[in-house]
Amino acid sequence: MQPGGAASALEPVLATAGVSKTFPGVKALQRVDFRLFPGEIHTLMGQNGAGKSTLINVLTGVVAPEAGTIRLGGEVVAFASPQEAEAAGIRTLYQEVNLCSNLSVAENIFAGRQPKRFGAIDWNDIKWRAQAALARLDVTLDVTRSLDAYPIAVQQMVAIARALSVDARVLILDEPTSSLDDSEVAQLFKILRHLKQSGIAILFVTHFIEQTYAISDRITVMRNGEREGEYLARDLPADQLVSRMVGHERMSARLREAAQASHDGHGGPQGAQAGQPFMALRGVGRRGSMQPIDLDVQPGQILGLAGLLGSGRTETARLLFGADRADSGTMLVEGRPVRLRSPRDAVRHGIGYCAEDRKKEGIVAELSIRENILLALQARRGWWRKISRQRARELADLWIERLGIKASDAEQPIGLLSGGNQQKALLARWLATDPRLLILDEPTRGIDIAAKFDIMDRLLALCASGLSILFISSEISEVLRVSHRVAVLRDRRKIAEVSGQASNEDNIYRLIAGSGE
Amino acid sequence: MKLSNWIARDGAERPLIWPCVTLLLLCGLNLWVNPHFLSLRMLDGHLFGAPIDVLNRAAPLVLVATGMTLVIATRGIDISVGAVVAIAGAAAATILATQPVASAGLIAQALLAALITGLLSGMWNGLLVSFVGMQPIIATLILMVAGRGVAQLLTAGQIIPIGAPGYLFVGGGYWLGVPCSVWIAAVAVLATAALVEGTALGLFIRAIGVNPVATRLVGLRSKALVFAVYGFSGLTAAMAGILISSNVRSADGNNAGLLLELDAILAVTLGGTSLLGGRFSLVGTVLGALIIQTLTYTTYSIGVPPEATLVVKAAVVLAVSLIQSPAARSLAMSFGMSVRRSLVKQHGAAR
Repeated sequence: MQPGGAASALEPVLATAGVSKTFPGVKALQRVDFRLFPGEIHTLMGQNGAGKSTLINVLTGVVAPEAGTIRLGGEVVAFASPQEAEAAGIRTLYQEVNLCSNLSVAENIFAGRQPKRFGAIDWNDIKWRAQAALARLDVTLDVTRSLDAYPIAVQQMVAIARALSVDARVLILDEPTSSLDDSEVAQLFKILRHLKQSGIAILFVTHFIEQTYAISDRITVMRNGEREGEYLARDLPADQLVSRMVGHERMSARLREAAQASHDGHGGPQGAQAGQPFMALRGVGRRGSMQPIDLDVQPGQILGLAGLLGSGRTETARLLFGADRADSGTMLVEGRPVRLRSPRDAVRHGIGYCAEDRKKEGIVAELSIRENILLALQARRGWWRKISRQRARELADLWIERLGIKASDAEQPIGLLSGGNQQKALLARWLATDPRLLILDEPTRGIDIAAKFDIMDRLLALCASGLSILFISSEISEVLRVSHRVAVLRDRRKIAEVSGQASNEDNIYRLIAGSGE
Repeated sequence: MKLSNWIARDGAERPLIWPCVTLLLLCGLNLWVNPHFLSLRMLDGHLFGAPIDVLNRAAPLVLVATGMTLVIATRGIDISVGAVVAIAGAAAATILATQPVASAGLIAQALLAALITGLLSGMWNGLLVSFVGMQPIIATLILMVAGRGVAQLLTAGQIIPIGAPGYLFVGGGYWLGVPCSVWIAAVAVLATAALVEGTALGLFIRAIGVNPVATRLVGLRSKALVFAVYGFSGLTAAMAGILISSNVRSADGNNAGLLLELDAILAVTLGGTSLLGGRFSLVGTVLGALIIQTLTYTTYSIGVPPEATLVVKAAVVLAVSLIQSPAARSLAMSFGMSVRRSLVKQHGAAR
């Protein structure tokens, strides 16, 4: 235990020592020591499968550890159920808000423990107490309105108010921000800081690195079921955090170089010189969805699209792919004007598109991996010229090997694969058509960091061989890491295009926030 | 234990096992009632016997169900096929009735007219489903209702008798000892199988059935394909219409192909194709159609009173559907196990 600072003088309110838990075939936790101090926000970081959820489940009495002890306020405890943990003052908020949206705010806060007077529910008391609970969070609401009248973020506040309405010593938040937008996250963080001051210990789980640094005092990194280390947030730079989560060996030299380059302000990997763009948009727009936009996609380069949710990233991608028809402007492919009326037209010009929603718009779940990989190529060849069985097997095996898709068998339904492997299979689907331009809308969403780096690394390698890529991601650091140039979108229009020195996160944040240039 | 595993396993790996088992059981039942059930004999160069009879009568259903299989694979349904059968028969009969003695040319015209009206009917369905974007069951419901009306308008509300020998040969004649209708159905199924699996159409149809949005985004003309599949369904229904009108020697706008759409849907599902689209099996559909026809034959042969026929049929269909459902099967297995365990216990206690 290396951390120093003022906190170590305090006793941890919740701590584990040597906790282990094994599930069939998986060592989920191995001798994990963990400490949570009062008045601190502690973030648990780690890839999918690192053991974060299991640790939380142990702390909240959902699963019992096989070895090790848990101490709450210095005393050894063993929770037999989540209810016992809750009664002891450990309150947990899960990823999805699980409240009753048809009940009123006040009812939600006190559901199951309504204050009663003469055997009847005392509605006035409930109302008054609900307002008080929310006031503690600096939130004022009409508590008699039904919950679904409020946005998700407010519902989350109500969930926190419910969690805190009985005496809480520890508040655990499991990925509370995944369905919130930036301003809502800011509001949540304000509340968490406020709570921290009142001495509550807060354990926070997230995938977002930016958020981790915005809120944390302390960070515990988990890897492969073990505690990699505990750090004070101010002592651990972000790149070190990532490499500790991933393990050094996983991040390739190419990607580290690219990360280094962007860190030094050179704006991503250096590649081909700008010549004639592979694809150019001149005032291309669509009424009600996207303002006219100019965009050049250079051959062999990655063009990043940065912007908030709803800024027009996906809309631009769909126009480029003909999934939506543009109603103004001209598109040029290699200098020649083209009209893209349907995805089919775009595919003919050598464009591929991995959509944002992998399940709905990407995979064909019940078909095999092989069929999924070959679908775009076969569509391009037409129904008459069927790819022979032999050739199909060769091609599928080739791409499974090249992209490192982990599957026991190419004939397995693709729906059974993990998210990262599905994404790779979709990449393979387009790469098999030998495209000139690949549009990737959030290709790394919901994928653990190792797979993410793996995919990004392969993209860089593909670009080196002449492929152009339009890269869309809501994680701006990720866009910067791989892109040669970045187009910044706001309110469904392009507001800037940056490269080189100008493409650093601060600058792009300023642009998106509307105070830039 | 091994047997129970084998039974409880999901049919996904061997989707045809249950239709095969059902058909064999039905044949077994018939053999038990009538030991000569499977025997064939040659008479005047024609094969006779119960199997030929079943095949002959199943031919129209096989045709309709073949088109239906592809429609269902795209996650659609076509409940207008019975009406299309009537329209096609009416179209052929109307042309044949124009001249007292039918020349070869007239018969060809009649056949062509039937096929074209069927194709047009199917294309109408395809237009509504694919380009207008209507729900398949509603879109085809329109033609299911209107189609009978069209057929009756063609026949002016009468049953038109058909006497042209050439036309009657199609549904009632024999070639190489086997009924023509069996040849036609067999060739149609084989040609469809070759068309669908020999090209990439099968893959495309499955992909559309599972995820139409993703299929459009890989650059497939999914609308055109769905349109074509409904057109094909109309075509196969028209072929069935020719066989039926030829077999009964008349075109009846009111009753020809009545409720045939339901038998076709049943044949497709008995054959293991899911109504949710995606995976489909033409062989399974043929087996399904044969099961239905054998069942009808059986109810007559074992002497089920006519008023009970439909109830018996329904009971068997229910049983077959239950056997095919993995959930029902595992429920039955666990029930069987517990019964056996309690039996073993009692047995042990008695000792």
